[in-house]
Amino acid sequence: MSSLNGDGATPQQPRIGVLALQGDFAEHIHMLSEIGITAVEVRKVQQLSEIDGMIIPGGESTTIVKLLGMFDFVDELRSQVESGMALWGTCAGMIVIARELADPYPTPLNLLDIRVARNYFGRQVDSFESELEIDGVEGDHMRAVFIRAPIVIDTGIGVEILARVPAIDDRPEQAVAVKKGRVLATSFHPELTRDTRMHSLFVELAEEARSDSVRRSTEETRSIV
Amino acid sequence: MATSTTNGPRGAQRWKEMSKPEVGDWRVKGGLAQMLKGGVIMDVVTPDQAKIAEDAGAVSVMALERVPSDIRRDGGVARMSDPDLISGIIDAVSIPVMAKARIGHFVEAQILEALGVDYCDESEVLTPADNEYHIDKWQYKMPYVCGARNIGEALRRIGEGAAMIRTKGEAGTGDIVHAVTHARQILADIRNIQNSPTEELMSMARDFQAPYELVVEVHRTGKLPVVNFAAGGIATPADAALLMQIGVEGVFVGSGIFKSSNPAKMADAIVRATTHFNDPDMLAEISRGLGDAMPGIEANKIPVADQLQTRGW
Repeated sequence: MSSLNGDGATPQQPRIGVLALQGDFAEHIHMLSEIGITAVEVRKVQQLSEIDGMIIPGGESTTIVKLLGMFDFVDELRSQVESGMALWGTCAGMIVIARELADPYPTPLNLLDIRVARNYFGRQVDSFESELEIDGVEGDHMRAVFIRAPIVIDTGIGVEILARVPAIDDRPEQAVAVKKGRVLATSFHPELTRDTRMHSLFVELAEEARSDSVRRSTEETRSIV
Repeated sequence: MATSTTNGPRGAQRWKEMSKPEVGDWRVKGGLAQMLKGGVIMDVVTPDQAKIAEDAGAVSVMALERVPSDIRRDGGVARMSDPDLISGIIDAVSIPVMAKARIGHFVEAQILEALGVDYCDESEVLTPADNEYHIDKWQYKMPYVCGARNIGEALRRIGEGAAMIRTKGEAGTGDIVHAVTHARQILADIRNIQNSPTEELMSMARDFQAPYELVVEVHRTGKLPVVNFAAGGIATPADAALLMQIGVEGVFVGSGIFKSSNPAKMADAIVRATTHFNDPDMLAEISRGLGDAMPGIEANKIPVADQLQTRGW
């Protein structure tokens, strides 16, 4: 049990990692520190068994997918998520964890039953900010930053849509925040704002994972093996 | 369902009104650079090279007609690349595409923006078009990256609207020494500003020839207001890791990939090294069996008049 309280986390605090292979992981770590969470940079697959939740940050999805494969993360990440670890992908992170992409590549990890279109709004010159109403986030709208952003074009059974951008001009309404169980995905970048509410929502999922007795027993079995 | 209020035509109208989605504003421009952090941006001269770079895990490619070492060898006036070449590379890859405009050549920049280039490098590698003025980068939706040798130059470019800074180094040499010098200088200047009492900041701004407000921001945050990469002479995985350990946030590799004996392997290795820059065991593995790095020329032996880094101010 002592290993559960490692990494300086208090018994109440979930242990959160941010995948630090490439992208804006430092911004996520900063946002978590603003709400009292000391997150770790995850660069090695062995670290996955020491955390309750992981964020896959914004970055280049082709690069992150390649690095995850290169450094043998794929199988272990899948088994951790299946046994209840919380996971949140922002922008590139959403692409990485999707079931399927509208593009021929990269091949995503299929950790969340969604179909995703990359660069949906266009190139960098079409990137934008907007206000977004998000299910489960109390209070004012969130300022959402979309940078060469993907959107969810199709969701599988049990995937909850938390936010959509409405139909505008020739574009239909599209989902930009989704959740199933403890897996969360957003098209936009809460880490580039000062609004920590999405991060708080994710911390709750990681807390759930931390107190999940089934998951804990799996973890203990593993450490014995 | 909270999203119900944004559904339907009235919801769409309301969303449009409250969002005022402005493309190309500051956070969106600087934000793309944030996404490139921990990554490698590679110079490419053909769509095929762009694919090799993307497959190796480059976060972005710089589309140009000749890599800096060829520009240096050929001499003559170096200009913006042919739009056909840039469009061909844009069509070949899904990662962001950068392209270079000459210093001060705002019409080349307008053309690059019209082509849909994701980032413009107002670059000393090309022959400057203006001896006095850089481009007013605020006028574009397209973000800019600019070279710098010290904090004054970096903050002047940011003051003009650059959303990303890179060291100048000495492009096309394969010699890391000037990139190291510039990265260290910028970081030393930042420490100097951060550790100085507030009453000294105005005089520092005068000495650095930098906008006062940006000097104050560096004092407050201890870092540049935008992402800071290294460029100019990186030729091996160890070079990339060296700059990362010194404290930059990612690297540009110009001639170093496609002037090496095995570009795909070198590209892959530099990508790995930029991620695991702090892990000597991994770096040792990564550095094995890469073939020859680009031949290179010793940058300290280049007369000042022939240096690219002295272009711009």
